[in-house]
Amino acid sequence: MSFTRRKVLGVAGAAALTAALPVGRARAQSNPVKIGMSMPQTGSLGAGGQAALVALRMWVDEVNVRGGLLGRRVEFIVYDDQTNPANVPGIYTKLLDVDKVDLLIAPYGTVPTAPIMPMVKERHKLLMGNFSFQVNAKVQHDMWFNNSPWNDASSWSDGFIKAGQKAGAKSIAVLAADQEFAQNLANGARVLAKKAGLKSVYDQNYPPTTTDFSSLIRAIRAAKPELVFFMSYPNDSVAIVRAVNEIGVGSQVQIIGGGMVGLQFTPIMSSLGSLMNGFTNYNSYVPGMKYPGIDDFLKRYAARAKEAKVDPLGFYLPPFNYAIGQMLEQAVNGTNSIEDAKLAQYLRTHEMRTIVGPIKYDKNGEWANPRVVQAQFRGVVDKDVEQFRNPGKQIVIYPEAYKTGEAVTPYDKARKAAAGKA
Amino acid sequence: MFSLDLLFEALIFGILLGGFYAAVSMGLSVSFGLLDVPNVAHPAVMVLGSYITYLVASLGLDPILSGIVLMPVFFFIGVLLYRFYYETFEKRGTEAGVRGLAFFFGVAFIIEIGLILVFGADQRSVSADYIGTSLELGDYRIPYRMLMAFTVAIVLSVALTVYLSKTFTGRAIKAVAQDEPALRLMGANPVRIKQWAFGIATAVSVVAGAMLIVVGPVDPSMDRVYIGRTFCVVVLAGLGSMTGTLVAGLILGVAESIVLMFLGASWAPAVAFGLLLLVLGIRPQGLFGR
Amino acid sequence: MKFWIGAAVFLVVAIGFALSPVNEYFFFAAYVILTAVVLATAWNILGGYAGYVNFGPPAFIGVGAYTAVVLFKAIGAPLVVQILAGAAMGALLGLGVGLLTLRLRGIFFAIATVAVVFIMETLAINWRYVGGATGLQLQRPEVMAPFTSYTRMLFAVMAIMAVVSVAVARYVQGSWIGRGLRALRDSEEAAEANGVPTLKLKLFACVVSGALLAAGGAPMPMYLSFIEPASTFNLAYTVSSLGGAIIGGMSHWGGPIIGALILSTLQQIITVTISGEVNVLIVGVLLVLFVVLAPEGVMGLFKRWLKPS
Repeated sequence: MSFTRRKVLGVAGAAALTAALPVGRARAQSNPVKIGMSMPQTGSLGAGGQAALVALRMWVDEVNVRGGLLGRRVEFIVYDDQTNPANVPGIYTKLLDVDKVDLLIAPYGTVPTAPIMPMVKERHKLLMGNFSFQVNAKVQHDMWFNNSPWNDASSWSDGFIKAGQKAGAKSIAVLAADQEFAQNLANGARVLAKKAGLKSVYDQNYPPTTTDFSSLIRAIRAAKPELVFFMSYPNDSVAIVRAVNEIGVGSQVQIIGGGMVGLQFTPIMSSLGSLMNGFTNYNSYVPGMKYPGIDDFLKRYAARAKEAKVDPLGFYLPPFNYAIGQMLEQAVNGTNSIEDAKLAQYLRTHEMRTIVGPIKYDKNGEWANPRVVQAQFRGVVDKDVEQFRNPGKQIVIYPEAYKTGEAVTPYDKARKAAAGKA
Repeated sequence: MFSLDLLFEALIFGILLGGFYAAVSMGLSVSFGLLDVPNVAHPAVMVLGSYITYLVASLGLDPILSGIVLMPVFFFIGVLLYRFYYETFEKRGTEAGVRGLAFFFGVAFIIEIGLILVFGADQRSVSADYIGTSLELGDYRIPYRMLMAFTVAIVLSVALTVYLSKTFTGRAIKAVAQDEPALRLMGANPVRIKQWAFGIATAVSVVAGAMLIVVGPVDPSMDRVYIGRTFCVVVLAGLGSMTGTLVAGLILGVAESIVLMFLGASWAPAVAFGLLLLVLGIRPQGLFGR
Repeated sequence: MKFWIGAAVFLVVAIGFALSPVNEYFFFAAYVILTAVVLATAWNILGGYAGYVNFGPPAFIGVGAYTAVVLFKAIGAPLVVQILAGAAMGALLGLGVGLLTLRLRGIFFAIATVAVVFIMETLAINWRYVGGATGLQLQRPEVMAPFTSYTRMLFAVMAIMAVVSVAVARYVQGSWIGRGLRALRDSEEAAEANGVPTLKLKLFACVVSGALLAAGGAPMPMYLSFIEPASTFNLAYTVSSLGGAIIGGMSHWGGPIIGALILSTLQQIITVTISGEVNVLIVGVLLVLFVVLAPEGVMGLFKRWLKPS
């Protein structure tokens, strides 16, 4: 009796101990390659995150049809961080220690990504960035590769500031959310505005939970700026656009917009409609831009987006998220391994071909050749999603390579101006 | 950038905002001010009201009308809530102080998380003709949504004040707050009166919730900052005073508006809490307290 | 004596675990559970023993965490210094809150403590040095041997803190201070009439409770490698501290331990299996259930069960 019992206890104990032990890296070939991330699917960035997710899942399915990575199926594990940075460290710890993923992709957005930078550096993990802005500047992780068409602040604000100067603007107002993305951008933009000789007449931060901007817009109006630069996240961007339309910014404003995240999300574009007219804002892709393979991608994406009941157009994030997958695939195939250090080495030294064009990284893990466009909304009508499918509603004013027209100034005139050429 | 114009516009905005804060605190003035129920769940119930208003308004009804239509439903919820509180805590005596507080705090959290689970962590807003447009008086712009909320607030305050002083049940409610044994001697049932009062307070809260979502987008965690605003107004007013609530609301609204203008948006949310601590420290019975 | 033997055994087991090859995530989750024990125990000194319902744990946790951040950023202070300094600041804040609310009771005291939370949060939001509303990324220093990871070391440190806070609570409960606090809780007027120094006792409870709460929050920036105001000053900490004490039982130092262990373990399991939200919902539901049905908490249920009817 006691012998059997001891044996049972022994086996049970061994089993429990084995379960608690860290799993060894030598796995059978049939084990999947696990790629893990958290994606903001609700909260401020939610609308964008959901669209990005469709593109990533599409890549996972297509790569598995091609035989997976290194002959192993790719398993994709994703959680919702709700655009709340507090949720992210726990999620990534879970991904690494409970789900035991092999490769990490960052959440979409600077704010959810900032908290895990120290962690991935400490644990020597490669992190594929996802539309973050300068989030690695302080941590300086050497295995960080950001996927977004900008580099530093000048790659973003040059176009905006130049457009303002072309219209004769001499003064600038800056309103930035107190969060990682907006602060990074504002810090850079302030320096550049000063260098360009613009006088700062208004410069304020607001807490990211602000919902009523009428007082802030009123104050901006009183300062009489000619260039108004907003750095905001989707919830605030929407509120700012509404407040500007409600309160007005004054007839001297030439160019307004700049760094408003969210005005690229299809659901937000269709719900704001004509309120956006006259705003000049950044984007990563507008219809008409010639990227290799983009048209085919958009068609495949549209089919899946319809099923998922998500953004049907898929312009801003999805192509770039798909490109993350493509880059991982090229690096894995190029090094024949899934080891973080080897993949990082490959990504650092090669130029990769993706559906958003060739991508090469600089020593900070940002795009060596930025490609941010500034586009002005004109002639947008309410409650119409399809109007954005063809060029004409977002007139690209910068850079030269993708330009489709000039900005109409001042802002009051641009609000009523007709759309560009379709 | 300071100018007299800006100050004047901030003052106007502050008054409108203050009226709104007063309306939002009316329900608490009754439930906590008059009935001594430690109802920290009041703002959460109001946010719940905002979301239900959002649902009803999405069927095509005007948001404020939706709030009014929902009043009977919330009246009923209030009655049930008070009844439960009474049976479980109040009846057993004041030892239940800790437990009553913990109970309402727990309820507030359950409502908040429940809203997140059902609606997600996203913001919700409603649209109406008066949302997004403003009254243009020369160089000044006064948003119609604020005017709307202010008007509803005034109507609500007047209605509640008249009710409490002119009608029989209204006066009974005030009586039960002041002298319960005397009321009992007169043959009235204090529990039923308090229950009725709590129901009214909750019904008023749903209209407050409708105004909340008219004034701006709502998200489930908004109840937290409104704990500060509503309690600040009720305590500053002095427990049980309806006119006091209006005055206190205006004071808070103007204070927040001025701070917003001079110190910026990052200090404004603390104004209510700071004012609350000040009042509690210096004059806890408020301006018109009993 | 039995208590100290039990505490020693617990510490040996905890540190032994930290040095053994158990899955890393265990320590990530267990740290949170041990913190919950510290917070509930600390809360109970003021809330349970004295009867003053404190809705402000997040304010103290935040003070502890941000003190740690400032010291770490300014002079690279080691963890022990961060914790001690955090506790000192927590004691100071407790003193301040106590003095401010000297004559407030019941719901007024509770609402005042909520106000303190928001005001502290606003201060943090407006202080660029600690990152403002954006927050701060923090690179953890190399972990000291014999621990193999920083999280394991934090787990061991929190185990020690749990023992310390329970020992403090036990001492307070059994001493004349505890008797005085109980008299205060039962009837403040009667206690005063009997010569109990109620105001001094109340201040004492505020200071001790505040110091322990802040000490519990001090290692958090190192735990997450990140800090930002919204999640640090989150009212969810109020629900879990209150919940742990009420569910466990407020009159004995063992109550918060049991309550926090049950609650926090449940929360961790739910977070890993279902979602982050549902775990806060469970706390709220359990809090309401216990407050309504079993106000003496688990310890109260045990007592009733053990006593012959």
